[in-house]
Amino acid sequence: MTDILPFLKSMISTSGVSGYETSVAKIIEEKWRPLVDEISMSRVGSLHGLKRGISAGRGSSSGKGKRPSILIATHMDAIGMMVSKASDGFLHITNVGGIDVRVLPGASVTVHASNGEELPGVIAMPSAKLLPESVNSGDVLEIDYLLVDTGLTPRQVERKVKVGDLVSFANEPMELSDEVISGHTLDNRSSVAALTVCLEELQSKSHIWDVWAVATVQEETSFLGAYTSAFELHPQIAIAVDGTFAKGPGANGWQTHPMGKGVGICMGPNMHPYLHRKLTDLATKLEIPWFLDVTSAHSGTDAYPMQVTAEGIPTALVEFPIRYMHTPVEAVSVKDIHRAGRLLAEFIASLEENFVDTIVWE
Amino acid sequence: MPTFGNAQLKLLEKLCNVIAISGDEGEVRKIVLEEIKPHVDEVRVDALGSVLATRRGRGTKRMRVMLDAHMDEVGFMIVSDDGEGIYRFETVGGIDARHLLGKQVYVGKDCTPGVIGGKPIHLMDGGERLRKVPVDGLRIDLGPAGKAKVGDRACFATKFRRVGPSIMSKSIDDRIGVATLIELVKNSPGNIDLCAAFTVQEEIGLRGAKVAAQFFDPDLAIAIDSTPAHDLPVHDGGENVTYNTKLGLGPAIYIADSSTLHDSRLVHFLQAVAEAESIPYQLRQPGGGGTDSGAIQRALAGIPTVSVSVPHRYTHSPISLSRVDDWKNTLNLLHAALKRMTPELIAKR
Repeated sequence: MTDILPFLKSMISTSGVSGYETSVAKIIEEKWRPLVDEISMSRVGSLHGLKRGISAGRGSSSGKGKRPSILIATHMDAIGMMVSKASDGFLHITNVGGIDVRVLPGASVTVHASNGEELPGVIAMPSAKLLPESVNSGDVLEIDYLLVDTGLTPRQVERKVKVGDLVSFANEPMELSDEVISGHTLDNRSSVAALTVCLEELQSKSHIWDVWAVATVQEETSFLGAYTSAFELHPQIAIAVDGTFAKGPGANGWQTHPMGKGVGICMGPNMHPYLHRKLTDLATKLEIPWFLDVTSAHSGTDAYPMQVTAEGIPTALVEFPIRYMHTPVEAVSVKDIHRAGRLLAEFIASLEENFVDTIVWE
Repeated sequence: MPTFGNAQLKLLEKLCNVIAISGDEGEVRKIVLEEIKPHVDEVRVDALGSVLATRRGRGTKRMRVMLDAHMDEVGFMIVSDDGEGIYRFETVGGIDARHLLGKQVYVGKDCTPGVIGGKPIHLMDGGERLRKVPVDGLRIDLGPAGKAKVGDRACFATKFRRVGPSIMSKSIDDRIGVATLIELVKNSPGNIDLCAAFTVQEEIGLRGAKVAAQFFDPDLAIAIDSTPAHDLPVHDGGENVTYNTKLGLGPAIYIADSSTLHDSRLVHFLQAVAEAESIPYQLRQPGGGGTDSGAIQRALAGIPTVSVSVPHRYTHSPISLSRVDDWKNTLNLLHAALKRMTPELIAKR
C-alpha cells in the first residue's frame, strides 16, 4: 500500500474553487495518468480517467461489443469566496458554495488576482463602530460586512484585483495525531484520494468492467460535473464518494459517526438498495470496518444527480467521516481513506459481466 | 539613525514566531537576553520574569530613561482533558471568541499542532448560523492520540510573513515593541542611561511594568507598544471618525487612553523631534485602550510617562498587520528623541 498522504496534502494546498478547478485538476491528472489507460477532460472541466476491464463485452445488457462500466465520482471543487467590490484597498466578498461565516474572521486566504498574482490576505472583521447600529457588537457578522485585507496599498489593490476574482482558504495542511490530516477542502479531496487508492489497488487486480474514475466539478454549487459526466459516460452503475459528519466537539447527533473507525455506506432514496446491500455484504466479508449512514431524502452528494441521469443509473454512496465540515480545519482519518479505496477496488473486482442483469428489487 | 533592514526584520520574525503567552514568556526572554547581553552594563531577570537591563551613557547630567516593551502575547491555556485528544481551553488576555472557530493552533512547548473546530453548518438551524460560539463551547482537537497537559499554553499557528509594504503575524503586539527596544539598546546614545524593561504579563494587567518601574526609579519613561488601527471603511461609505490610528502615517504618539493622561511635556517633545527630523508621526485618537504606561506613571512618587505605538490592524486575532515603514519611523523617532534628551525636558511643568 502506497502512502496517499503526500498526494492528499498537495491537493489541499491548492484552491480549485467551484467553477475554477483547473489548479487541482492538473495535480490529479498527473497522479492518475500512470494509473489509467486514457485520461481526458469533459466539456465543463471534470476529469475522466478510464481504466479498461478485461471483458470482451458479450452477454451483458450493456450491449454487444461494449464492456459494462462503473463510474466512481469524487468532486474536486472547493467552497470559497469571490470579490464583489474593492473599497479603499479592502475587498468585499461573497460566498461560492456553503461558507460558514463564523469561521471567516481572522482566516488566512489567497486572493487570486486577475493579473495572475496570488495575493496573501486575511479576512477582517470591522469594529462595531464601523457597522450599522442594528448589528450588535459581539454578533457573528454576515459575509457582506467582512473585508479582505491583502496588506497592499489601495493603489496596488486597484491595479491588481477585479470584481469576480476568487478568494480561497490559504491555511496549510496540518498533521494531527493518529493519522488524522486537517486542512481546508478535505471535503472532497479526501475522496479523490480514496479513488486514487482504489486505482492503485486495481493495478494488481483483474477486473471485468471498465472503470471511469471521475473528478467532478461544481458539486458544491450545482452538481454540474456529476450530471454531465454521468450523461457523457453513461455507465451501468455509479458510486459517489463523499464525506459525512464525524462525531466531535459540537457534533454528536444521530447524523454523526466516529472518525477513524470505518467507512460509511449510505442508504436512502438516492441509493439503489441492491447496490447498497452488495457493498455492505462485501465490506463485512472482507472485514473492512463500516457503518450504516442513512439519509431520508437528498444525500447532498453527487449520488443525487447521477441517479436521475439519462434513463436512470443505479447509484451508491460510500463515505467517510469528516470533522468540522466546511471549515478551513476539516479533519479526516487517513485510515478511513484507505479503507474506502480498498472497498471500492474490491467491489469493482467483484463485478461479473452480467452484474446489472442480476439486480433484483425484492 | 539606527540601521534598518533585513537583519532587523529577521529578528522581528524570530520574535513573532515563538510562543510567549502572558505568564510564560521564556521563549522571548531567551532571544532578548541573547541579543542585548553584549551591549548592556547590567542585566537581570526579576521576580516576575521581566528582563531589566541598563546601558549607561558617558556624559554628566545623564537622564535615567526607562523604555518599556512587553514580551507577552495573548493566547490560550489548556484547562481540562476531555479525552481522545480533545481539550477545553481558556483565553489568556482579551481575545474575541469570534476569531477562534476554524483556526489552527500550536499547543505546549513542542508546538503540537491542533485545530479549533465546531459543529458543521449543515447540522445547524437557521438561528445558530449567526450565533457566536462562546469559548466554553469550543475545543482544541489534537487528533485521537493527541496529548497535551492541563496548564499548557497555546497560540494561533500563524507564521510571520512579509507582504508588499506590510508584515503579518500573530504577535505584532508587542514583539514589534520588543524588537524596537532591542535596536535602541544596541544603538543607545551616550547622553542617557537607558533602562530597558522587557516586561511580562502586560496583557493581563500591566503586571511586569509596575515592578520594573519600581526597580529602575527612572526620570521618565516611554512605553513602546502596538496600537489598533480601526482604519477600515465604514459600512455605508461615510467618513470613519473612530479610526484610533491609521496604517502608513507613522508612529502613533499617545495623548490619553483609558488609564493615562500622558505627560504633555513628553508628548510635545516627541512631536517637536519628529518635525525637526522630518519623521512622519500621528497622534493617536484620545480614548480607550492602554499600555504599560498606565502602571509606570503611577509607580513610586510618579514617573513622567508617554507611550509610542506602531499601529496594527486586527488586534488579538490570528493575523495582525502592520506597515514596515511605520515601524522604521517609530524606531527613528525614538532614537532621535533619546539623543536630544536633557534634564531640562522635565525640569518644570
